[in-house]
Amino acid sequence: MTGRPLLSVRELTKRFGNRVACCDVGFDLWPGEVLGIVGESGSGKTTLLNCLAGRMTPDAGSVIYDSNASGLVDVHRLSEARRRLLTRTEWGFVNQDAREGLRMGVSAGANIGERLMAIGERHYGEIRQTATDWLGRVEIELDRLDDRPTDFSGGMRQRLQIARNLVSNPWLVFMDEPTGGLDVSVQARILDLLRGLVENLHLSAVLVTHDLGVARLLTHRLMVMQGGRVVEDGLTDQVLDDPQHAYTQMLVASILPA
Amino acid sequence: MPPDPTQPVLRVSHLSKSFVVHAQGGLALPVLRDVSLAVSPGECVALVGRSGAGKSTLLRCLYGNYRADAGSIRVRHRNDNVELAGAEPRVTLDVRRRTLGFVSQFLRVIPRVPAIDVVAEPALRLGATETEARRRAEFLLGVLGIPPRLWLLPPATFSGGEQQRVNIARSLIVDYPILLLDEPTASLDEGNRAGVVELINQRRDAGTAIVGIFHDAAVRDAVATRIHDVVPPGAQP
Repeated sequence: MTGRPLLSVRELTKRFGNRVACCDVGFDLWPGEVLGIVGESGSGKTTLLNCLAGRMTPDAGSVIYDSNASGLVDVHRLSEARRRLLTRTEWGFVNQDAREGLRMGVSAGANIGERLMAIGERHYGEIRQTATDWLGRVEIELDRLDDRPTDFSGGMRQRLQIARNLVSNPWLVFMDEPTGGLDVSVQARILDLLRGLVENLHLSAVLVTHDLGVARLLTHRLMVMQGGRVVEDGLTDQVLDDPQHAYTQMLVASILPA
Repeated sequence: MPPDPTQPVLRVSHLSKSFVVHAQGGLALPVLRDVSLAVSPGECVALVGRSGAGKSTLLRCLYGNYRADAGSIRVRHRNDNVELAGAEPRVTLDVRRRTLGFVSQFLRVIPRVPAIDVVAEPALRLGATETEARRRAEFLLGVLGIPPRLWLLPPATFSGGEQQRVNIARSLIVDYPILLLDEPTASLDEGNRAGVVELINQRRDAGTAIVGIFHDAAVRDAVATRIHDVVPPGAQP
């Protein structure tokens, strides 16, 4: 197997005062891989994700990204401007709460079009056409293009947020509990959508979830976190079907069978 | 280049596997001890042993679904010999994508995805066109007796036997050089069982190396070229 990792993380540590949120985390993410980070609330998953995505500065360690535009970059040593460009072009970030990832005061079309403008698209008609295509791909009626997300249901907002992130063909997408807080039927639709998009666009992704069913459906690999440390990692079905660590065994044994 | 039929494409050496249950104070349950097995193209090896002897565990170790504690599992993959015991996830996934197929007893249902797409997916992942993958999926579903009115429905509501046949179709849509079969005919009636036996024999005769668990003696006799006894560690001399 050849090639080089898309993301190389080494000895990443983040503290809040005396509390260690994540400690000495390291891994390589390869192109096309979807990595799941699982664990209970407070295990450090979201802090880790924020440090990976450059939204939070770690106390120690490094995150090296193989940028399509500029080669290997150290995410936490980039200038603010270059990091923002990266997050708007080659990366995506899907928040649990779509209101944090969308601009609630502008139309659905503008929400999708914004990232196209960030990558240099200027032709209004083309932006509008691409935005319409993406509404269709995330199963939102096309006549909602000019409506604001304030008028959308929770599931529609989440699908719009996904479209907003994927329209610029990012290489790497970070997702924080993308189906958290949604009804089960709405969740199934979003999972199916994400699964198809990840597969067809050959995306690489890091997905934080506490739902092992979501992890099984969407990820290739898992890291299990407890108390800020990675206690187990490996192929998703191996970690879930043959868990080695006491904490992973407890998590897997805690699922209610459907 | 077809594989050399005299050379094993799957070679298991001194494989051991225990389950350690932390909730039981770290209780260790040894399931496999020092298992060795080699399978060549065109062979179908039936794993035989009493219930609980470790047949399913062995099959799952071969697929990388269970972690081997010790020993080696080498497969012929992209004209190379690849070690699966302790392999990186991306290596195991690549071996599964191209070389190693697995038919489990039950279909893991994906919400909302129609049966035909469930079946076509492995072919699409290997670069088949949408049309080609669908054509092969329709052919397999037809041969396995799934009526066309079900093809566009998600298999969640199918019967156990229908789900199992969708599962078989999904695993046969790619010509994997190695196939692992865990009770592929368990919940099928006689007519459908014969169809599955026929498909397995076609693959075997075309040079696929097969390892399987076949509870039904008639099915085993029809497909197996060789028996491998699986003996639980406690019963070994």
